[in-house]
Amino acid sequence: MVDTSGRRSYPESAMQLSFNKGGGETLAQLRTGDRAYLHRLDLPEEMSQRLMELGFLPGTIVVAAGSAPGGDPRIFRVDGSDIALRRDTASRLYISAQPLSEAELL
Amino acid sequence: MSDSGSCHGAAPQTVNRKAGHYIALVGPPNAGKSTLFNRLTGLRQKVANFPGVTVEYHVGRVRDESGRDLFVVDLPGIYSMTPRSEDEKVTHDVLVGANLSLGKPDAIILILDSTNLQRHLVLAAPVLALGMPTLVVLNMADDLAARGGSVDPAALAKEIGAPVALISASTGEGVERVTHFLRGTGARPIAPAPKFVFPILQTLPARRRWAGRVGLQAGYTAPAPPEWTRRLDRVFLDAVAGPLIFLIVVLGVFQGIFTGAQPMMDGVEHLINWSGGLLGSYLPEGVFRSLLVEGVWGGVGSVVVFLPQILLLFLFIGILEDSGYLARAAVIADRTMARVGLQGKAFIPLLSAYACAVPAIMATRTIEDKRDRLATVLIAPFMTCSARLPIYTLLIAAFVPNTPLLGQFLGLQAAVLLGLYVLGFIAAVGTALLLRSSVLRHAKTMFVMELPPYRRPSVQTLLLRLMDRAVIFLQRAGTVILLVSVGLWILAHLPYENGKPPAIEQSIAGQIGRAVEPVILPLGFNWKIGIGLITSLAAREVIVGTLGTIYGIENAEKDSPPLIESLRKDLTPGGAYALMIFFAFAMQCFSTVAIVRRELGSWAWPTVQFAYMGFLAYFGALLTNQVWIAFR
Ligand SMILES: Nc1nc2c(ncn2[C@@H]2O[C@H](COP(=O)(O)OP(=O)(O)OP(=O)(O)O)[C@@H](O)[C@H]2O)c(=O)[nH]1
Ligand SMILES: [Mg+2]
Repeated sequence: MVDTSGRRSYPESAMQLSFNKGGGETLAQLRTGDRAYLHRLDLPEEMSQRLMELGFLPGTIVVAAGSAPGGDPRIFRVDGSDIALRRDTASRLYISAQPLSEAELL
Repeated sequence: MSDSGSCHGAAPQTVNRKAGHYIALVGPPNAGKSTLFNRLTGLRQKVANFPGVTVEYHVGRVRDESGRDLFVVDLPGIYSMTPRSEDEKVTHDVLVGANLSLGKPDAIILILDSTNLQRHLVLAAPVLALGMPTLVVLNMADDLAARGGSVDPAALAKEIGAPVALISASTGEGVERVTHFLRGTGARPIAPAPKFVFPILQTLPARRRWAGRVGLQAGYTAPAPPEWTRRLDRVFLDAVAGPLIFLIVVLGVFQGIFTGAQPMMDGVEHLINWSGGLLGSYLPEGVFRSLLVEGVWGGVGSVVVFLPQILLLFLFIGILEDSGYLARAAVIADRTMARVGLQGKAFIPLLSAYACAVPAIMATRTIEDKRDRLATVLIAPFMTCSARLPIYTLLIAAFVPNTPLLGQFLGLQAAVLLGLYVLGFIAAVGTALLLRSSVLRHAKTMFVMELPPYRRPSVQTLLLRLMDRAVIFLQRAGTVILLVSVGLWILAHLPYENGKPPAIEQSIAGQIGRAVEPVILPLGFNWKIGIGLITSLAAREVIVGTLGTIYGIENAEKDSPPLIESLRKDLTPGGAYALMIFFAFAMQCFSTVAIVRRELGSWAWPTVQFAYMGFLAYFGALLTNQVWIAFR
């Protein structure tokens, strides 16, 4: 992950880490300016389907582009558009620093 | 006239299948479908820079050279063939032939945003797989070129087996290719076979990979990122500057509504007084002159005065919508909305309810969650619609001194007006909380909002929209308000005694007013206001016309003083504030009741809503007046 302008730190990440124990990092932990590969959407079918339609497909690069004043919702740049998501939704989207393997993509 | 842009919930039109073919405009939200629709049909559907503007189908007619009719249908945007909200369902039903009054379209124009082609092509796969004759339109060619992107439409056409046109719907560049396609479908029966059977791609990732491959084959070069949008977002979404700018803009607008519109309002008022006087001097004295001068000029005229102010408000809302700032405002508002159990998307209908609750209630169709949508419909009428503006302005001008608060920038009058807007918002939010903790309790829903790039609002579009608004406003003044004014004038002159009309207190209208007076006296309202409260059940601003007529009749002998001065004699400040509070809360609008019924499909909700809002209005006004009396 490249840290270009990590100006803010988020106090709630501790809570989320314990919540996601063993599940790896999520989009909610990505600092503004950072990018990562989307790995997995841990959401009900309907919600993850809608997010995938908007470009949040496993294997896609997601950039944390900013947030509303106050830090929530956050704005992510994915597949050519800027999309705002609440932090609690973002914390269900798991990321990885490496591109996904062929097997994981399917 | 669009029903999403007017104060009327007109039922959608249908197409006459015998007269000609019909072509559906399909595509992702904000791709420019309505812009193209307007260009093809010469109509003026609402266009704005955020996803989810169109929520209902709209039929337009194109006549080709052979004189045949061809229908074009504008549809809400969709992300996929799986509908998730009411507006997407409208489009889905049309595409699968489930819309009974339209039937299945004869052809499709699929509009994609060329500046984000590969993601938008994901939708092309299922739409092309429907097997209908389809023209793929790549829109926003101007933007694509300006940002250094490019695509080869011919190569894309070869890849997907359907004709492709690269156009710019807003500048008109390349639109003749769309017209050409329409002519082809209109002149001959449509051959239903596309060039090859389209592979049905089941999963989204598979479709996205296909889209990427197709884009590559078509020589697609993605444009550079929208630099200006990023720069502006850094400012507008900044933790400190963002909210500050928002506040300054809002305060500036309220001051502008007062001071900026004043000269024009004075001008309109002079014109109306002058023409009324002229009319009076030419007509012989008698019943007819009284009806025309007091009934029509007094009633309709006193409402028409507020046209400049309402247009200014619409101009402001238009700039917010067209620039793309509204989508950001929804994101900023989401946290607050989440606290009361709503979501940021609800902010867009709520903001458009500042213009009029009717299109706002229709706009809730974009909210996916049913309970979220219901809650938003129920609270939308609390937002201060433009019909309240005449009442507020009149009462404020009559009873609130214009003490400067922040120098030239904000006066007390503008501050009171702002206070009333805030009050409406608080009532809305409070009601949302109440609903959320009782009948509409449920888990938090998801909020997803796509942020479009900022665009410069087109002066022409804004002016046309203002003109449409002015026409609607004047139509209302010429129908509802005219009818009520004339009806009131008649009731105020009956029953005749000894061949002479009675004093207004003794007339039928006066008797009705005095019958309700005991109920509203504790609120500080006399029987004249009582008549106004009854007539304004039709629409809020009618009360202004009604008071204009009543005072006109009362002062028929003398030169009638301005409405403001008559009001000062009739209301105490306590009563005036109570009246403002009453109108802040009451659901005095027949069109709103009707649209709630239509959108929610039952009389139960609008009935409850009307009673609840009336209850708040009555007791809010009572409290205001009693507090004023106690502390006087
Ligand atoms: N630069 C540019 N902007 C365009 C073009 N066509 C449309 N727009 C703008 O794109 C925005 C969306 O246009 P609409 O016509 O409302 O889009 P729509 O597809 O009807 O949107 P929904 O009704 O929300 O689904 C508006 O701000 C338009 O002015 C174009 O060719 N070039
Ligand atoms: Mg539209």
